[in-house]
This record gives sequence, C-alpha cells and structure tokens, in this order.
Amino acid sequence: MKLTAVELGKKIKDKEVTVVEATKACLERIKALDETYNCFVTVDEAGALAQAEAIQAKIDSGELTGPLAGVPVAIKDNMCINGMLTSCSSKILSNFVPTYTATAVEKLQEAGAVIIGKTNMDEFAMGSTTETSYYGVTRNPWDTDKVPGGSSGGSAAAVAAEEIPYALGSDTGGSIRQPAAFCGVTGIKPTYGRVSRYGLIAYGSSLDQIGPLAKDVTDCATILEAICKHDDKDSTSYAQAEDDFTSALVDDVKGMKIGIPRDYFAEGIDEDVKTAVLAAAKKLEEKGAIVEEFDLGMVEYAIPAYYIIASAEASSNLERFDGVKYGYRTAEYRDLHNMYKKTRSEGFGAEVKRRIMLGSFVLSSGYYDAYYVKALKTKALIKKAFDDAFAKYDVILGPVAPTTALKMGESLSDPIKMYLGDIYTVSVNLAGLPGISLPCGQDKDGMPVGMQLLGQTFDEKSIIRAAYAFECTKTYKRPDALGTVEAERGLA
Amino acid sequence: MSKTYETVIGLEVHVELATKTKIFCGCSTAFGGAPNTHTCPVCTGMPGSLPVLNKAVVEKAVAVGLATNCTITQNCKFDRKNYFYPDNPQNYQISQLYYPICRNGKVEIEVDGNKKYVRIHEIHMEEDAGKLVHDPYTDSSLVDYNRSGVPLIEIVSEPDMRSAEEVIAYLEKLRLIIQYLGASDCKLNEGSMRADVNLSVREVGAEKFGTRTEMKNLNSFKAIARAIENEKERQIDLIESGEKVIQETRRWDDTKEYSYAMRSKEDAQDYRYFPDPDLVPVMISDEWMEEIRSRQPELRDEKRIRYKEEYDIPDYDIDILTNSKKLADIFEEAIALGAAPKKVSNWLMVETMRLMKEASIDADDLKFSAKNLAAIIKMVDDKVINGTVAKEVFEKVFAEDIDPEAYVEEHGLKTVNDEGALRTVILDVIEKNPKSVADFKGGKEKAIGALVGQTMKAMQGKADPSEVNRILREELSK
Amino acid sequence: MTITDETIDYVGILAKLELSDEEKEQAKQDMSNMLEYVSKLNELDTDSVEPMSHAFPVSNVFREDVVTNGDDRDNLLANAPEQKDGCYKVPKTFD
Repeated sequence: MKLTAVELGKKIKDKEVTVVEATKACLERIKALDETYNCFVTVDEAGALAQAEAIQAKIDSGELTGPLAGVPVAIKDNMCINGMLTSCSSKILSNFVPTYTATAVEKLQEAGAVIIGKTNMDEFAMGSTTETSYYGVTRNPWDTDKVPGGSSGGSAAAVAAEEIPYALGSDTGGSIRQPAAFCGVTGIKPTYGRVSRYGLIAYGSSLDQIGPLAKDVTDCATILEAICKHDDKDSTSYAQAEDDFTSALVDDVKGMKIGIPRDYFAEGIDEDVKTAVLAAAKKLEEKGAIVEEFDLGMVEYAIPAYYIIASAEASSNLERFDGVKYGYRTAEYRDLHNMYKKTRSEGFGAEVKRRIMLGSFVLSSGYYDAYYVKALKTKALIKKAFDDAFAKYDVILGPVAPTTALKMGESLSDPIKMYLGDIYTVSVNLAGLPGISLPCGQDKDGMPVGMQLLGQTFDEKSIIRAAYAFECTKTYKRPDALGTVEAERGLA
Repeated sequence: MSKTYETVIGLEVHVELATKTKIFCGCSTAFGGAPNTHTCPVCTGMPGSLPVLNKAVVEKAVAVGLATNCTITQNCKFDRKNYFYPDNPQNYQISQLYYPICRNGKVEIEVDGNKKYVRIHEIHMEEDAGKLVHDPYTDSSLVDYNRSGVPLIEIVSEPDMRSAEEVIAYLEKLRLIIQYLGASDCKLNEGSMRADVNLSVREVGAEKFGTRTEMKNLNSFKAIARAIENEKERQIDLIESGEKVIQETRRWDDTKEYSYAMRSKEDAQDYRYFPDPDLVPVMISDEWMEEIRSRQPELRDEKRIRYKEEYDIPDYDIDILTNSKKLADIFEEAIALGAAPKKVSNWLMVETMRLMKEASIDADDLKFSAKNLAAIIKMVDDKVINGTVAKEVFEKVFAEDIDPEAYVEEHGLKTVNDEGALRTVILDVIEKNPKSVADFKGGKEKAIGALVGQTMKAMQGKADPSEVNRILREELSK
Repeated sequence: MTITDETIDYVGILAKLELSDEEKEQAKQDMSNMLEYVSKLNELDTDSVEPMSHAFPVSNVFREDVVTNGDDRDNLLANAPEQKDGCYKVPKTFD
C-alpha cells in the first residue's frame, strides 16, 4: 500500500496485481487501522468487492484502459452516491440514501475506480479539524492526539494512513488543502467551475469545489483529469474545461515567475512553517524559477468576508433539511413549525447552528447591505488583488496554514481562533482560483508542513508544474516517514 | 358615511408559462398526473441537486415584457427568497428581486369608454410551489411536488387601479396579451393565472396612500371583484371607527365571502433575499431580444386592424372574435381551410356563442376544431346538407368534435338531390293542402311557406329548402 | 455589536432553530464576537466597488425545453420520514 494511485493502476494494468487484491488490501488496512483513526463513516466491503470483479473484467476485455482503472478510492461523505449512505457527517442526514450519484464520482466510476466507502468530515464541511462530525473525531495518523485538519479530514487521513491510495475531498475555504498539509499528503482545490458540483451537498455554493487528495502531484493531476469534465447538470460547470493536466508534469520551472506574498509571513505564523515554506521556495529558485517577494494585500479581510458569505449561503443551503423529504425527523412535535425547529435543533451540531444563525442574521432585513453586500464588495477587492498579482507572477507560493496540526479540542473552544487558521486558504475560494497543497517539510515534532501554490483562474497547469518540479527535489519523503511512526505505534 | 373614499389597487399577477418542462429541471409540467410522478432530485430539493435554467422560460418572459412595453433587463439574475413551508422543498424559492427581467411597462385598459394606462413595475421569473392537500383521516397535510418548479412570471403593477372594474379590465388585457403570445393559457380556474390584490383606501383628494393589505387566494374574476368590495368596506369601517389598517396578508374565502389575516408568530416576513450562487447571470443581447420580437405573433390590436382590412365583417364581430385567442385561431384556421370569412364568423358569433352560454363555458374551453367547422360550412355550400341539419350536426361537433361528414353519412342526413323524388313528394303535398294552394294562387305569397314546411317535414328535413321552393312555384304555376 | 435576546429569538424563527437558554447565551456571545470581528471590513472603502456575487466568468447557461425525466417517485419517496398516497406527509398546514 505504499504505492501511489498511478503506480497501483499500472501494476493492475500489467497484471501484477488484480483489482480484487488491491481492494482487499485496502479493506484489510481499514480494518486494522480505522478503529484508531476513524477516517471512514461507511465502508462498503461487499459493494467494493463486487465492483472490483466487474472492473477487472472490463480491464481484461480492454474496455477500461485508463491510469485509474481498478484503483480503490474513498469519497468524502458530502458527495452523493446512489444507494450509499451520504450523511455529511451529520445526524440530520444519518439515514439519507441518495438515488443519484455526484458527477465527479460518476466520472471516477467511468474511469474504473473501486469505491470503497465514504470518509468522515466536519459536519456539513463546516470546520477545520474534523472534530464536529456526528460520527466522532478523525485522528491524525502522524499523531493521534492531533487533528487531521478539515473539513476533508477523513479523506486526508485515510490517504496518509494508506488505507486508500486516493480520495475525493471538497474545499470551500481550505477543506482540501489544509487537511492535506496537516496529514502530509497532496491535494488540489481546482478553479471554481472546473469540477461539477452536481451531487455535492452544498455548504457555500459560490465557493465549493471538489478535488483530489493523494500521495503525490502525479496522482492529483491524473485524478483531476478524470473528474473535471463539463457537466450540463451544473450551471457553474465550465464548458471549455481542458483535461490534459498530466502534460504539466514536467520537472522544469526555468523562467517561471513565482511570487511570495510578504503578508503571508507576518505575525501569527509558526517559525517551523515559515522556514520550511521559504526553503521550498529556495529550491524552486535553484531550479531556475524567478522568485520574488511582494505585497498581496487584503489578506486580513479575507476571513471576515469569507465567513459572512459562506455562512449566508450555508444558512440558505441548509434550509432544506427540515424533516419533510428525507433525513432525520424529531420524534415528537406539536405542529409544523415545532417539527421544523425540533428536527433542526436536534439534527444539527453546534458549529453548524452557529453558522446558520450568523448567516440568517447577515441576510436579515436591515443588515443585508452592512454585512452581506459589504462582503461581496470585499470579495471583488480580493479578486482584484490576485488579478494584479497574476499580472506579474505565474504562481503564488505560500504556507497552507499558519501552524501544523493542532491538538484535539484546542480550537473548538474559540471559534474565531479556529477561523483564523484559514487565513491563507479562504481568499483562494473567494477569488475562485486553483490551489495545490503539498508537503514541504516537518516541524520540530515531526508533523508535516504544507505549502501552497496558487494559480490564475483555470491555470491549474502552472501550479501542477511548479509542484511537480518541487516534488522532484525530494526533500520530503512521505510514506517512509509515516511508516516509522506507525511501526513505533505497532500499527504497521 | 360622511367622507368619500377612493380605493387604490395594485396587482401581483402570477402566470404559469406554457413550457414543456419545469424552470430548473427536465420534469414535465403537464397538468394532473398522480402525485409526485413529475418530480426529480432538483424539484424535490434533494441535497446536492442543482438548478439549470430552461431557456424557453426566459424567451417567454421577454416576449411578455416586450408586449407590455417593458424595458428588458439585459443583465438579469436570480435570487433566493427564503421561507420555510412544506410546499417549497428547498425552503427557498428561486425568484428575482434585485434584477428582474422586465421593468417599467404599461398596458392600456378601457372601462366604460374611458381609457387609461396601468403601469407595470416589474415582471420577474420564479418557480411555482408544490401542492398541499389536507388529509382528514390523519389530520395531516400531504405534499405533492408535481407543480414544484413549474415556471411562473409575476407581473407586478403600480397601484394605478381604482375599482374592481379596472382590475378586471387590466387582468383581461394581460390575459389576452399572454394568450396571444402563446406564453400561457392563463386559466384562472386551473391556477395558471393567479392574482394577489394589494389594496388601500384613502380620502378622495388625499395625496398619501393608506396602509395596504395583500389579498391572496383569488381564483376567479368574480372572486376578485367580491374580495375588492369586501376589503374596501372593511378598511373604510376600520378608519371610520378610528382604528388602523394593519399591513398584512389576508386570505380570501370566496364561499364565506370574507377574508382573514394569515399571520403567525412563526412567519417572520423577512425573506433574506440574496443572489442564487447556483445560477449564472442571464445576458439578453439586443440581437436575442430582436429575435424574440420578430418571432412574436400578431397581437390583438394588430389582428383587429387586419380583420377589418381582409374580411368584410362588422367591428362588433371583430371585437368578439379577437377577444379570445382561441376563437380567433378557429376563425383563421377555418378560413385557411377555404371557408368564407363571413360564414365562419356567423357560425362563431351565433351558434357557438349560444352553445357556450348553454354549457356556461369560456371561449378558452372550446373543444371543437376549425377543420370540422369548415367541413360543415363546405357541406352546406355544396348543398350536401341544409341549414337545419347543419345546426344539428354542429351541436355534435361543438360537444364532441366528431367528424361531421362521417356523422352525416352514418345518420343519413344528406339532402335528397333527386329532383324526381322531390317532385313526387311536392305533388303529394299540393294535393293534400288545397287551402294553402288556393291561398297562394289567390295572391297570398306567404302561404308558400306552409307548403315548404310540409314538404320539408315529409322529407324528414333532408331537402334543400330553396330547391323545394323552386319546384313548388314551378308546379303551382302550372 | 451587542446581540439581544430578541435578536437571537428572531434569528431562531428565521432559521427554525430552537435554542436552550444555555445555547442562547452562547449564541449571543458567539454572534456578537463574530460580528465585532467581521466589522473589520468597515475599514475598507468600498463605495465605488461593485459587489461580486460570482467570481465565475460565465453567463447564459441554459437547458433546452425538453422533458428528460420520467417518474422516479417511489425512489425519491423512499427517503421520506413519513409518506402517504404517494405524497410526503407533514403536520397539518391548515387551520
């Protein structure tokens, strides 16, 4: 299970491994480890084995030839899969079985992926720690007292723990990139519109994007290529999606202009994180990139704008969970409105309620202009700051989060402190840009440090190229490092 | 009552657009159908489902806007209107608040010979809600989402109307425009056209408007007229007794002829509108607008002018014929099939109107086809049947749209054109009616009528009366 | 900005959430902290800035008016907490 998705796909193609063997290996690994890490909400053992056989047959008949054919995958539990529990890690959807499949998942099925199950997350993707799940916390495989990040914590931890070669996550304010950084794996948040949102249970509809979490850049580019087709079921799916991201896997950054926002290294950032990220920039410079520091601006306004917009959209998106059509309904109620209130109050967790309340307030009569419109204007200014930067640079390089993974329970007590951890990630969602998060070192406790490369709208290729070139310097080897940790813990 | 009051009325008219599919999904909009059989993840608000806009909805909305002299918003957007109610599966309705598709229109109405304009504030596109039915067995409500997501336009007028008559005239005008455009069938009884009435009263001469109420659940012109009268009286009574009119939404109960407030402490009227992030802006270019305009069918006023020029029929007939798109369509189709305009008009103005009155139905509910009417006219022209038989056959066509030729054949209603046979019958009639014969020969011209009648009776109506007349005169002059 | 009990109750009605007294106190505090925090945006002069609801640079995405969906009622209804006669069953909505 040390293999990357693409490596495993090749072995399957070359008949060195069967799809069933690969699937069983994942299932065994999950059985052995997931009691400790709790990455999965649902493991569909029987379904996965059945898929494995069917896919093997299609590979044997030559029907399936792609790089991901036969490779198992795990899906974040906010993406609908026909016939499989899709809970968003919430009590309110704890019995919801969709009759349709998210387009991104369908694309993977077409590519021959074996869907093993659904991964744990912060409830409705609202959180940065995967501690708000109705199904319990997910633990960071590097240190089980620490959080895996969030909200795609289950997906990131499952890849890190090698329970699965790759997984899909979703990113509304950093929910792919930050857990990738905390768990020492690689993840891409694509440009808004690149991957269809159909079947993704919305948190902030103008910000949400589905993307891959995997062991390396090659995997991520390959997976993105598989899921990014245009979808006429999503009005915000980009029609001219190019899909040859793997062609950007070139170890050459000569002449590439890389900007480093000075504002990302100001107050609040851990010294270890700063050192590791700047060292990575140095490596790229050594390979011929032109690296320059600059002032991006607007950084401190991104979080307030983000939380207003995301909460407002969420308050509306989550209105449909009312005990009428699906999901949880309270046991006893007096009348319709009492049923609504009790269902929702019992069905949602504290963080979700906090954001619904905030979102309802900022949209309410008398406050809309002061908060919501103000946030939309701020968003325009943030977009402009990035546009100005991309007029000068091909990519922007910075940290993913100000710290490495935090201790369990540390951030839940103070929401604003938790929100501040998203300082480098949320602006990317507001501006709709692509970003890749990949490991670039370890802190003094051995926890992974992630760096982030941001690109201009629909220019995933530049960030993939820069990330790949950095990865080729191999300053940071992931699986071996975690293997040692696990061996010490007696898990490997 | 010492003071005189004026009623100030504005209307919010909802019209269901005649598209094949819903506004944001590929479900059928067909009326009827077992509950929830026209639903999908989108129109039942399933998590993760997304709306995609039906292009025909935009085109129909623009067409209505152009026909009502509106300015088209060339960069229009959809907003979410948030409120919890089970007929609304997402608990928000996708509608338009900030950038509605049409603004600043007007239509001309006429009441008792007085013409005036009613201004249109805006027209916006939105989705319809599902249907709630009370289940008496379980004392609960049952939700059917077949109508959920059916496209609507809401036409919001300025408070320019002053009486129930003006309101009805305005609604009739809108209905005709929209029907002519083919944008909707506008049936109040089926709910494809619905009006909410905003009404306030003020003393005559006052500049400021009074506090208004909004009246819902009005599903016929009669109900609208009654509700307006009732609400006007209610508000005047309140003012006269020193109380205040409260701004609220009221529901009209037409059987009990009264209204009641729809307030509840759980219904905060705060819809928290914001731009729907799942939908992208609709940009209506000049070219697209012109294309829609050029596809626009002939409207009523144009039709009136053309009828006058092309068909030599009276203004009165033209008014009636064009007062319903359905009638006008039948008229034109029958002419296209070769029937003479005057004859078609005559059938529509006399027999059709009579039968409609008997059956108490509107022109919109007419079921017969122009083809079968034209066939009857042709049979009369060709003297295959006579006028009396034609009326009898038309009754069948009116009720069931039967094939008149087959019907005539089957029931042996053809006029007997065998002159020898007819002459034999006539000679028999002359012989049996010596008095009438004598009267006629004595100069009483009218007496021939009785003889024609006797002959027709003997022929069981299957003779051509003019032919009977001719042969009679021939025989009597012998 | 201080959040009053009335505001929390009002937002509770809008959002259909019923908070215990303890939760209400917490919500008041959380919301006023958050609103104070986001008031940082007031430092920005945005008078001449157009609000940006879509960063996505696309308009006019349409479906053709063609029926593509059949009857999927029973599948969809399978998730309903309560159903009757092919309908979703809810507490009565009429008085």
